[in-house]
Amino acid sequence: MRKLIVGLVFAILPAIGLAAGGSVPLDHMEPDHTNKESLQRGAALFTNYCMGCHSMEYARYKRVSDDLEIPAELYEENLIFTGAKIGELMKISMDKEMAAGWFGAPPPDLTLETRLRGESWVYSYLRGFYKDESRPLGVNNVVFDKVGMPHVMVEMQGLCAVEPNIGVDASVEPLSGNVNNADVCPEYASEGTMSGAEFDQAMWDLTNFMSYMGDPVKVERERLGIFVLIFVAIFFVVAYLLNREYWKDVH
Amino acid sequence: MQKLINWVDDRLPIVDAWNKHLAKYYAPKNFNMWYFFGSLAMLVLVNQLLTGIWLTMSYNPSGEGAFASVEYIMRDVEWGWLLRYLHSTGASAFFVVVYLHMFRGLMYGSYQKPRELIWIFGMLIYLVLMAEAFMGYLLPWGQMSYWGAQVIVNLFGAIPVIGEDLSLWIRGDYLISGITLNRFFALHVVALPIVLLGLVVLHILALHEVGSNNPDGIDIKKNKDENGIPKDGIPFHPYYTVHDLLGVGVFFFIFFIVVFFFPEMGGLFLEKPNFQPANPLQTPAHIAPVWYFTPFYAMLRAVTVDLFGLDAKFWGVVVMGGAIAILFVLPWLDRSPVRSIRYKGWLSKIALAIFAVSFVVLGYLGLVPATEGRTTAAQILTTLYFLYFILMPFYTRMEKTKPVPERVTG
Repeated sequence: MRKLIVGLVFAILPAIGLAAGGSVPLDHMEPDHTNKESLQRGAALFTNYCMGCHSMEYARYKRVSDDLEIPAELYEENLIFTGAKIGELMKISMDKEMAAGWFGAPPPDLTLETRLRGESWVYSYLRGFYKDESRPLGVNNVVFDKVGMPHVMVEMQGLCAVEPNIGVDASVEPLSGNVNNADVCPEYASEGTMSGAEFDQAMWDLTNFMSYMGDPVKVERERLGIFVLIFVAIFFVVAYLLNREYWKDVH
Repeated sequence: MQKLINWVDDRLPIVDAWNKHLAKYYAPKNFNMWYFFGSLAMLVLVNQLLTGIWLTMSYNPSGEGAFASVEYIMRDVEWGWLLRYLHSTGASAFFVVVYLHMFRGLMYGSYQKPRELIWIFGMLIYLVLMAEAFMGYLLPWGQMSYWGAQVIVNLFGAIPVIGEDLSLWIRGDYLISGITLNRFFALHVVALPIVLLGLVVLHILALHEVGSNNPDGIDIKKNKDENGIPKDGIPFHPYYTVHDLLGVGVFFFIFFIVVFFFPEMGGLFLEKPNFQPANPLQTPAHIAPVWYFTPFYAMLRAVTVDLFGLDAKFWGVVVMGGAIAILFVLPWLDRSPVRSIRYKGWLSKIALAIFAVSFVVLGYLGLVPATEGRTTAAQILTTLYFLYFILMPFYTRMEKTKPVPERVTG
């Protein structure tokens, strides 16, 4: 009975998920912060395509340069466009009030975006743009309806003519052998420089980088955690033996 | 060394205090695992105080700087991420151990005569802890911090006549603002911890005056040997100090799994909207308090009828307040001749089980958005929660209890 109640309490705690968030189907994305090449490619993409409008103002260039093993000089030359020093926060020069006038709302800071919305959301959103002439910028997004952001990576992906298939797995037709949904976009209005698979990989890298930025200490934290748990386990054994020794004479 | 001890002891009764509270404090020898949670609560309290002090060194309590300073702690302060996760996980751990500690009291009748004051001090600790947690949750200045505080402070506005002025006085502004953040910071780091520590001292002094209860609910002082030592008692130190180390080991193992691998606990310990800075102009889609408040939040939302010309919201606040207030009078509601659930009748056992399930399910209902079915469920469970207390004087008296043994059964 007692054990049952304790078990119940502990079993229920993690099982209760927050039911917040939309019900749009998403493509699953599991980040890998140990994949330095992917993170470096993601950093390059973020700096070139996102940082014109989106800051990461809680993080410093130096930390990214160190963690991603990009030499400081190389980083300053190629990945800092504002003239900031490498020890500074990753701010941008776009004025928030003016940006609000241009886009309806100022582009949000993205340091913690993956922790706010989740990696799968970001990964799906980045690949969710499609042509929609009724929108002011000519594009809409299946994950974020009526979004105020332009499709900044249109030159790479191309412009999807119809709603992309987000949250739908690829499948093979058994008779014809045709692969369905291999590309998120079934039909392009204009072609881009990348194939569907290449673009998916690029967006995976970008999401991976954003995930790292949201939680830069994750790899180190989990590495340390193992040692801490081993220590606690040894502590428990010692405590157990000590306890047994003392309690020998209690009857 | 002995000379030093003697020197101090001539001027301050340290040997006497050591004996009274540790070396010659005789605790029943049949404590089970439920008796770990008191000392674990102390452990978590120390964790909160220490990590809290170090967090304060880098935190900036202002509307403009609070959110950024938390990220500064997470990224630029040496071991800042660890301090913050220890503190945020510690807050939830505090409620886990305190709820289990309270449930232990309910099971073994630890609130019964002569331990009424221990129970009341404990309830006051719980109350202060809730205030402490609520105010601490505003400090990261995220969206959920902001809107959670907005919702809770607005509850005071439901009180007739003085309500609006009262909530204005608490906020210090017409909406939650930097002013509110500053006063909550002062209360969170100075005022409430002092009260909390004082109450913990009273809780323990009162306990050591009358002695600990045990799973059998037997008074061990009735059976003493020729030296006046309870036959079923053992000195707290060293027996329970080494025993509690076992509990500490198990607790730390679970605690550190969360701290190092799941610090957000899937959005339960750190809610996702809190990774966005507070924005007074944008309400989050779904506002839920942190899990440890959700049973009471569910009760608040369960009240949907206006009564006597007063708003349903007001009655919701009354129900929520009543749910906590009724715990204070528990020692006088239980009329059973026995303490422990082991010797109480099946009515008490069923009542306690229903109560525990109601509380846990209400906690779940408070987390998720309300629907019609869920509100009905919350109404039923809230009623069951109160019936546990209201019917207690009757079912504890009419049921047939089992005979209590002379000595503890281990």
